[in-house]
Amino acid sequence: MRMSRYILVGILFGMTLYKAEAVSWFRIYEMFKFQSFHMYGIILSAIVLGILVVQTIKRRHMHAVDGQEIKINDKDKHWPRYIIGGFIFGLGWALAGVCPGPMFILMGSGYTVFIVFLLAAMTGTFVYGALRSKLPH
Amino acid sequence: MVPDFLIQIKDFISQPWPWYVAGPMIVVIMSILLFFGKEFGLSANFRTMCAADGAGDMADFFRFDWQSQGWNLLVALGAVFGGYLAANYFASPDGNVAHVSEATVNSLHSLGFNFEDGKVPLVPEFYDWNALFTWRGLLIIVGGGFLVGFGARYAGGCTSGHAISGMSALQLGSLYAVIGFFAGGLFMTYVLFPLIFH
Repeated sequence: MRMSRYILVGILFGMTLYKAEAVSWFRIYEMFKFQSFHMYGIILSAIVLGILVVQTIKRRHMHAVDGQEIKINDKDKHWPRYIIGGFIFGLGWALAGVCPGPMFILMGSGYTVFIVFLLAAMTGTFVYGALRSKLPH
Repeated sequence: MVPDFLIQIKDFISQPWPWYVAGPMIVVIMSILLFFGKEFGLSANFRTMCAADGAGDMADFFRFDWQSQGWNLLVALGAVFGGYLAANYFASPDGNVAHVSEATVNSLHSLGFNFEDGKVPLVPEFYDWNALFTWRGLLIIVGGGFLVGFGARYAGGCTSGHAISGMSALQLGSLYAVIGFFAGGLFMTYVLFPLIFH
């Protein structure tokens, strides 16, 4: 089935973050305490390589498997939503030690309590969706 | 009998992965998705799941063609499988350990964490259903989940969508978001943790 390729990508993602200990609450704590290069190495090497990949795709007008040119949408540049939303996200990231990817990964590793975390995250997203028009963006 | 070289491959994969393997691997994942015509970002799934549960009746934000986002739900499902495989078949030779620095072990100690054999486990003990019956566990799992879900959608993305995808595409908005992520994380770690963990 064509859709199964996305499951394989997800498996690779899950294995990578688990084996690199990026799913560890203690690694996230270490990062915010600036006590190791490990997490910064992961993020920075990904950004540097990612820039090279994206620039190459753009310059050569590369095409996706469906034949369409790969286009990367520009994000809105108004800063308040990024700073305020990012700050709120950061509070949760440091507190729980997981961002959305690791949450799914840990659920599979046997920490089934993350089902509750997922429901709480969906509730958070729902509340944002309901309040959206009243929040500064 | 399993051939020797397969066991060697398994042992090789089972070692803890250094940053210079994990970082490029994340870019491989992002690139594969780009070539499938998709953008890497896990937190969009929260919105999709809300929409699939009928939230569109209550807020316009959830009224979109969520079925077109099915691919991303499959990435998340794959991540669950990946976590299962890594934990059960590719466990590190020295156990389920986070190889954090000595400085971190000391900081954790002063925060009130005690590790019997000096080894820091991969995950803390409050990742447990019973923790939901303590105020701290409830705050971390339910409060943390709410903040992550609310903040990620407010900021329009999470670590994968902004710090990796957005920064790779040199998006100014993503840089602001990452500054926000770190400001929030540092505030939690330096200002609120001493109140929560003592």
